[in-house]
Amino acid sequence: MIRIQARTEPSSIMKLVSPILAIALTLIFGCILFSAIGKSPAQALHVLLIAPLADSYNIGEMFVKMGPLLLCAVGLSLCYRANMWNIGAEGQLLAGALGGSAMALYFIDSESALALPITLLAGMVSGMLWSAIPTFLKLRFNSNLILTTIMFNYIALYLLIWAVHGPLRDPQGFGFPESAMFADSTLLPTLFESSRIHLGIVFAIISAFIAWFILSKSHLGFQIRVFGADEPAARYAGFSSKKLSWFVMLFAGALAGLAGISETTGPIGQLVPNVSPGYGYSAIIVAYLGRLHPLGAIIAAMFMAVLYMGGDLAQIEMGIPVAVVSMFQGVLLFFLLACDFFINNRLAFSNQATN
Amino acid sequence: MKKHNLVSRLELTNITKQYPGCLANDNICMTLMPGEIHALLGENGAGKSTLVKTIYGVVAPDKGDIIWDGKEVSITSPSIARDLGIGMVFQHFSLFETLTVSQNIELCLSKAQLDKIGDLAKRITHLSNEYGLNVNPTRYVHSLSIGERQRVEIMRCLVQSVKLLILDEPTSVLTPQEVAGLFGVLRTLSKEGCSILFISHKLHEVTEICHKATILRGGKVVDTCIPNSETPASIAKMMVGDLAEQDAGYIKREGSKQIFHVKNLSLPAKQPFGTTLQNINLELKAGEILGIAGVAGNGQDELMAIISGEDDRNVKKSLSLDNLDIGHLHAGERRKLGMAYVPEERLGRGAVPEMSLMENTLLTHSNGFVKNGLVEWKNIKEYTSALIAKYKVKCHGEFSEAKSLSGGNLQKFIMGREIGQNPKVLICAHPTWGVDVGAALAIHQALLALRDQGAAILLISEDIDELFLLADRMAAVCDGHLSPLVKTETTNIDQIGQWMAGTFINKLSNHPQEAKA
Repeated sequence: MIRIQARTEPSSIMKLVSPILAIALTLIFGCILFSAIGKSPAQALHVLLIAPLADSYNIGEMFVKMGPLLLCAVGLSLCYRANMWNIGAEGQLLAGALGGSAMALYFIDSESALALPITLLAGMVSGMLWSAIPTFLKLRFNSNLILTTIMFNYIALYLLIWAVHGPLRDPQGFGFPESAMFADSTLLPTLFESSRIHLGIVFAIISAFIAWFILSKSHLGFQIRVFGADEPAARYAGFSSKKLSWFVMLFAGALAGLAGISETTGPIGQLVPNVSPGYGYSAIIVAYLGRLHPLGAIIAAMFMAVLYMGGDLAQIEMGIPVAVVSMFQGVLLFFLLACDFFINNRLAFSNQATN
Repeated sequence: MKKHNLVSRLELTNITKQYPGCLANDNICMTLMPGEIHALLGENGAGKSTLVKTIYGVVAPDKGDIIWDGKEVSITSPSIARDLGIGMVFQHFSLFETLTVSQNIELCLSKAQLDKIGDLAKRITHLSNEYGLNVNPTRYVHSLSIGERQRVEIMRCLVQSVKLLILDEPTSVLTPQEVAGLFGVLRTLSKEGCSILFISHKLHEVTEICHKATILRGGKVVDTCIPNSETPASIAKMMVGDLAEQDAGYIKREGSKQIFHVKNLSLPAKQPFGTTLQNINLELKAGEILGIAGVAGNGQDELMAIISGEDDRNVKKSLSLDNLDIGHLHAGERRKLGMAYVPEERLGRGAVPEMSLMENTLLTHSNGFVKNGLVEWKNIKEYTSALIAKYKVKCHGEFSEAKSLSGGNLQKFIMGREIGQNPKVLICAHPTWGVDVGAALAIHQALLALRDQGAAILLISEDIDELFLLADRMAAVCDGHLSPLVKTETTNIDQIGQWMAGTFINKLSNHPQEAKA
C-alpha cells in the first residue's frame, strides 16, 4: 500500500530536483500528446527544444523573448518572497508599454540623447503606477491582491487597445490600430549587426543581479526573506510590512514596465495592440521554476524563451497549433506544483494495511 | 499501591532508539507496577519524549522488548496502545474547540468501543462523578478553561478503561488549585490500580505525588529513586549531574524611577476566542522584575502583543516609556527606543526556523550591523559566535539553523540576543517553559544580571515558583483583568493562586483604590 506521509523536515534535495523532474514529466506528457495527434514525438521535441538553439538567428530571437520574461520574473520573485501575490506583471508590462510609448511619441521629432532614457523611465514609472494601485488597495482596504492585480491586467490591456485606436493612433496609418513608428532616438540599440537582440536582455540580467544583491546583502532584502519565511517572526522583529510591500510591488512594477517599454522601443518599434504574448503570466511560472531566486530565474527564463521559440517553429514546420506553448506552460506549472508537494511530503510504501 | 500484585503492568527492557546523529534511548530498562505513579525525569533532550512515544506506539524502537501485564507485546501504533489500555495526555491538547466534550471523546473511539459503552454522555457523567473530574459532556470545548480541557483529555483515556495513563508535563498550564485537583484524580486512579507515568520539570510535584522516579540523562537511565525520601534539590542534582545549584534565595530589589507605564488600557479581543483586556494599569520601575502570574489564555498574549506593538492597534495614550507616549509607534520603532522582547514561541516567532543563528541575530539586533542599508555579515558572525560562547548555546556554530537547536539552547540564544541590546525594558514571556534545569538556571541569572544593570523587566509566566523566585513585585491576570501589584515578600502562593482564579475582580470594581496598594 502506498501512503502519503508528511516529511519531518522539508527535503532540500527535492527543492532543487523538483523543477527538473517537472520539466521531464512535462516532456513525457508532450510525447504522449504528440503521438495522440499523429505527430512524431521525437521530431516535435526536436523542433520545440533543440531547433530554437540550432542557429545564431534563433538564439538571438530566444534572447529577445527571454528579456521581458526575466524582467517580469525577477520582480515577481521578490514579491512572492515577501508573500505579496502579485499576478499583475502582464498589466504592469502593458502599462509600461503604453506610458513609455506615449513618451516616445512625444519625442517623435527629437534627436536628443535624453529621449531614450526619459522614454524608458516613463515606462518604468507607468509600470510602478500600475502596481501601486492594487498595493494601495491591499494595504488600505485589505483587498485581495491576486484579484485586483488580475483585474488591473485587463484594465491595462483595454486601455492600451483604446489608446491605439484613439489618441496614439498613427494619423498616417490608414486607420490601423497602431502608433506611428518611433524615432531612432527612442529606439533601443541592438547588440549585434544581424540580430534583433537589444539592450533589453542586458537590463534583464542586470536586474536579476541587482535583485540578488538586494536579497542577500541588504537589510531590506533580509527583511523580505524573513517576511516570506516566517511572518510572525517579522512582526515580532518589528519589520514594517507596509514598507516592504511597497518596495517589492514598486520594484516589480518598474521591472515589468521596463519590459513593456523595451518591447515597443526594441523589436517592435511602435505601439501595437499585441505587445505581449502573455509574458507577464509566463513569468509567474518562470519565477517558480527559478525557485524564487533571481539568479535561478535567469535559467528558467531561458528555458521558457526556448519554449516560446519552439512553439513558433512547431507551428511553421509541423503545423502544430501555437496554443501548444500555453498548454506546455500550464502542464509545466501543474507538474511543478505537484513535484513541490513532495518537498514537504513523501510516499511511504508498506506491505501491511494500517488503520 | 497494591503491593501483593507481583505481575508488573509494564516492563521495558533495553529499549534503544537511534536517530540520525543522536542516540535518543540507550538500553533503557524500567518497570511499572499496577497503581504506581512513576515520574520520568530528565533535562530536555534526555530522551523522555522518545521513550513515552515508544510506549504509546508513535515511535518504533530499534531494539528492546515491551512486556505488558506479563506478556511480550509489539506496539506499532497508538491504536494498538489504546486497545491494550494505554492512554496518553499530550502537553498540547488535541481537542476540537467547536465540538462538545462528548463529540470530542466520541471521535477517538472505535465503533466496537462505542457499542460497548452504549450511552456515552451517561458514561462520561458517571466517570466524572466517580473521579471528581467535573466534566460536563454537553459543553463546547472552546468554553472550557485549560484545566477543564486537560480533564477532558484525561476523561478520553478513562472512557477506554485505561490501565496506564501517560501525562506529559500536565501541570505546566494549571493554577495551584487546579494542580491540587489533578493530583486528587491521579491518586484515586492509582488506588484503583491504574498506573501513571508522569513527566514533569517541577520537582516538588514529583516528590509530592510520585511513588517512584526514573531519571534519564543523555538517553540513559542514570538513577532511580523514591521521590518522597528525596528533596527537589537532590533530584535536580541527579538530573543534571553536579552542576545544579538550585538556589531559591535571590536578592530582591526595590527598583528606582518609574520607566514604563500602562495606563487604563482596555482593548477588545482581536480573535473570536481571545481575551478582552479590561482597564489594565501598571508601572514598571528601572531595576526591578515585575512578575505577572496567570493561567494561559487570560490575556497574557494580548497584553504582550499590544505592548510589543505586534498588535498594531493605536493605543497612543495608554503606553509610555520615559514619559513618552509609544502606543502609536510600530514594533520596530519601539525597539529603537529601548524595548526588547522574549516571546513565548521560540521557533517561528522568536527565531526563524530555517535561518542561521547569524541571520537570527540580525532579526532583532540590527543596530551597528547595517551600514548604508547593507548588512555587515562579518561583524554579525563575530558577534554571534561571542553570543554563543557567552550563553553556552549548544550548537554547531553561527551557521546552524535555528530549528536544529533544542528548545533550551534556542531560548538561551534568544535571551542573549535581546539582553545584548541593553534594553531599558525587557518583556519576557514564559522564559523557561519546557527548558531543562541547567538552561533555566542560566536564563534566571541572565535576567537578574540585566535587572541589576538597571533595566526594567516584565516577566509573564505560568510557572508560579519561577515568579516567586525572580520577581520583585507580582500581580496576576484573570480574564483580562490585572490584580493589584504587590511586593513578592508580602504575598504568598495562596493569594496569587486566588488572584489567578479571579477573586480580586469584584473587589477591584468596588474599591478601585486598592489597585494602588
